[in-house]
Amino acid sequence: MSDLVSENLNMVFTSPKGETVHAIQNLNFVLKKGELLTVLGPSGCGKTTLLNITAGFLRPTSGKITLGGKEINGPGLERGMVFQQGALFEWLTVADNVNFGLRMKKEDPKKIAEKVEEWLEIVGLQGFGNTPTYQLSGGMQQRIALARCLINDPDLILMDEPLGALDALTREKMQSLVLKIWKETGKTIVLITHSVEEALLLGQKLYVMAPRPGRLHKEYQLPFAKMGLSTDLRQIKNEKEFVKKREEILTMIWNMEEEIMGKDI
Amino acid sequence: MLTGLFIILLIIILIATIVYGKRLIKVEKIDAVFGNPERSKGGYHWIIAGSCSILLLWFYFSWDVARSFFPNSANELCQVAKVRDSLVSIKYVFPIEQKTLKSSDFIKRENRNIELLNNQIKQSSIANKDKDKLIFLLVETQSLIKILSDEKYLNPEIKNKVLGVANQIDSLSKNIQNKNYPQFDSLSSEEKIAIKKQGFWGETGAEVPFYPNTKFGLKFDAASKELNKIVEQFFLIKNNSEVFEKKSKELDSVIENYRDTLAESQEVETQFAREVSKIYGRVTRSNIFPANVLDPVEQSVVRFEEVQKKEQGSLKIIDTLLFPGGTVVASGQTCSEQGSGRWLPKPTDTLKEFLHLLDPNQGYKNVPLFWYEMMGINKVVDFILPDWIADLVPGKYPVHNNEGKVISNFKSNVLDIVTGNFELFSIPVPSGHIWDSFLRVFLGLTLGILCGVPLGLFMGLSRFAAGYFDPLIELYRPVPPLAWAPLIITVFGIDNSGKIFLLFIVSFAIMVISARAGASGTQLSKIHAAHSLGASHWQILKEVIFPNSLPEILTGIRVAIGVCWGTLVAAEFLAGTTGIGFVENVARKYMQYEVIWITIFVMGLLGLLFDIGMRKIINKTIPWRGKG
Repeated sequence: MSDLVSENLNMVFTSPKGETVHAIQNLNFVLKKGELLTVLGPSGCGKTTLLNITAGFLRPTSGKITLGGKEINGPGLERGMVFQQGALFEWLTVADNVNFGLRMKKEDPKKIAEKVEEWLEIVGLQGFGNTPTYQLSGGMQQRIALARCLINDPDLILMDEPLGALDALTREKMQSLVLKIWKETGKTIVLITHSVEEALLLGQKLYVMAPRPGRLHKEYQLPFAKMGLSTDLRQIKNEKEFVKKREEILTMIWNMEEEIMGKDI
Repeated sequence: MLTGLFIILLIIILIATIVYGKRLIKVEKIDAVFGNPERSKGGYHWIIAGSCSILLLWFYFSWDVARSFFPNSANELCQVAKVRDSLVSIKYVFPIEQKTLKSSDFIKRENRNIELLNNQIKQSSIANKDKDKLIFLLVETQSLIKILSDEKYLNPEIKNKVLGVANQIDSLSKNIQNKNYPQFDSLSSEEKIAIKKQGFWGETGAEVPFYPNTKFGLKFDAASKELNKIVEQFFLIKNNSEVFEKKSKELDSVIENYRDTLAESQEVETQFAREVSKIYGRVTRSNIFPANVLDPVEQSVVRFEEVQKKEQGSLKIIDTLLFPGGTVVASGQTCSEQGSGRWLPKPTDTLKEFLHLLDPNQGYKNVPLFWYEMMGINKVVDFILPDWIADLVPGKYPVHNNEGKVISNFKSNVLDIVTGNFELFSIPVPSGHIWDSFLRVFLGLTLGILCGVPLGLFMGLSRFAAGYFDPLIELYRPVPPLAWAPLIITVFGIDNSGKIFLLFIVSFAIMVISARAGASGTQLSKIHAAHSLGASHWQILKEVIFPNSLPEILTGIRVAIGVCWGTLVAAEFLAGTTGIGFVENVARKYMQYEVIWITIFVMGLLGLLFDIGMRKIINKTIPWRGKG
């Protein structure tokens, strides 16, 4: 099984002045294949560091993360990533962005074209293949980023606040899209977010992390993601259970933030 | 005539565009408030207005307006200038254009010289006997000035002579007001022939036809001839009263005697004696008069000036209005344009000269400006294929046989081909000054880009490269490119290779720096994205970093073109036998203002074309710039 397993993960940064920051301390978790994990926490709790280590852009100071038993030590095709601002290649057209990974693998152009069509349809951008990416809106760009990542058929999808820069309406549509893709492809997804609501809505599993040193604070198993596959998202947001959880986590994060502020003063 | 019509057309267009622009401002939308950048868009009619203004200014300050509407004005001004020229020497004596009377000025200066010398003698360490003698001589010299300044010693004849001159000038003043002046035939037979032979204004560069073409001019020409004679008479009047003659002769012999008595060892005394003798010489030659003796002449000259100015009539207005920044000046046997009309060639002449230069049979210094020449294909092959190809062919080069003949074999045939030793057909190859300059810039720039961009990208990505090559680039980049020129010309010679190398090092530094900025400005998330999409290092470089640096690189190329172009022209100034800068430098030596302006114009135009081309390329290749 290609589970994502973190064992005693530690990440310590040293600033040029010699100060050390414990970004992640003794992180242990197991994410089973096909699970959707959302990670929440105040800024500085090490969420992005965790994601970068998982993607292979950073090496941990000690401990390791394994995917399907193989230790991660570098970027790889089996782990796709979706960035906050899309990180699209603005000099390429939509189609060329989406098929970037396939072109790098030098696959047959005919096959590539077919796959691109297929994926543009899934993310709702059919007919935009020849449009330059810089002419598209933020939401459309994020859809391209999703398609670009998924076309490589990765085992694990890492999302770094992918919907953070979108307006509320587009955001809700994109949340449905993420859930739809999760359901249809059955991929393992790790999604980092600032928004408590989003974390609750999308997360089958939810980790709340605490800062200084970055560590796992609380873990939830949530039913809302499964519900979201069939029910309207706005309806879920009004459920008693959902509101209760939201308030609980918000209070938790508020307390953490206050603790930090108190320390600063 | 044609020029005149063109000028009128320009004025009409200018007025029309201004009126159109004014009306457009009135009907503009109300939301176009001040400060809204939208308001600066769409001003094409103002471009026309601006161009018309520049052309009109050019026509005006080069005196082409004057020439096209009043073609005879320069010739007439030349005759007026002759009159002015005739009077220059006599006016110089009086405080007419000078501040002081020439005699007063002289006396003031010499008195000071005498006083200075007097003090020097007193303070020197020479014997008292010599001191006394020298000071005595000085005092005597000064007394000569007194004699000359005192009306009591004045030769009575002089007053009559002065009056005579004044009367002649006055009668001339009266005569030239007469419509029929000159009543006498003022032109010699040679002059009459010369009038027919002389060209029109502008036919011989900055020179203006000298002999009078019009009746109006004839009047001033005749007046100037008469004036010349009068002035000659005036300067023959010498202030040489008997007292002065006697005294100066005596003093002369005294000074000479004293100088003879001085021994060779008496260097200081000799020096002083020489100074005294100099002052004596200046005073005796000075021809100074008592203060008011020459007044009649001064007054008559002033009167004449008034009359001749009045006589100029409308020409005076043309001179002030249509000959800005100078006028026609006569000197000796020529009249020439002095002022902006001289160094700013007339558009008509410039166009004519440009067409002349464009003629491939003419060109400049036997090289056309921009043309082509037929070049044998063998020369091209010789240039492209290296000679060592023949060495690679198996076998040996043939040797001569018993009959004294060399029979060629395959190897020698190959050698003939690679060395261009054959004749086939010719192809046209561009040649000429402009093309040569263009080719140098193009080759230097291309080399700079090909070497600079990879190194710049490398430096933007690698700590080693950034550190290792930084001193090299940063040490030579701030050096003004031309500072390299003397060295490079010495090493590479004055031909193409030196200039291309110079342009290469100029563009290289610019390209390295821009490519480096581009590479180091790549967003990390894009690199990360490419990594997680499975791109190899080379693919990331080619597909992400290079396109991402393209805006910086293209901007760098645009800058490099400008700098290369400027450096090249200056380098061609220094040495070379072709090129647009060479043309300008030679034209400067021969004062060919038209050619100088043509080269300036061509350079400006080419620079503009380069820049427009680059802008087009930039808009086409990187429309996404600033929108990522």
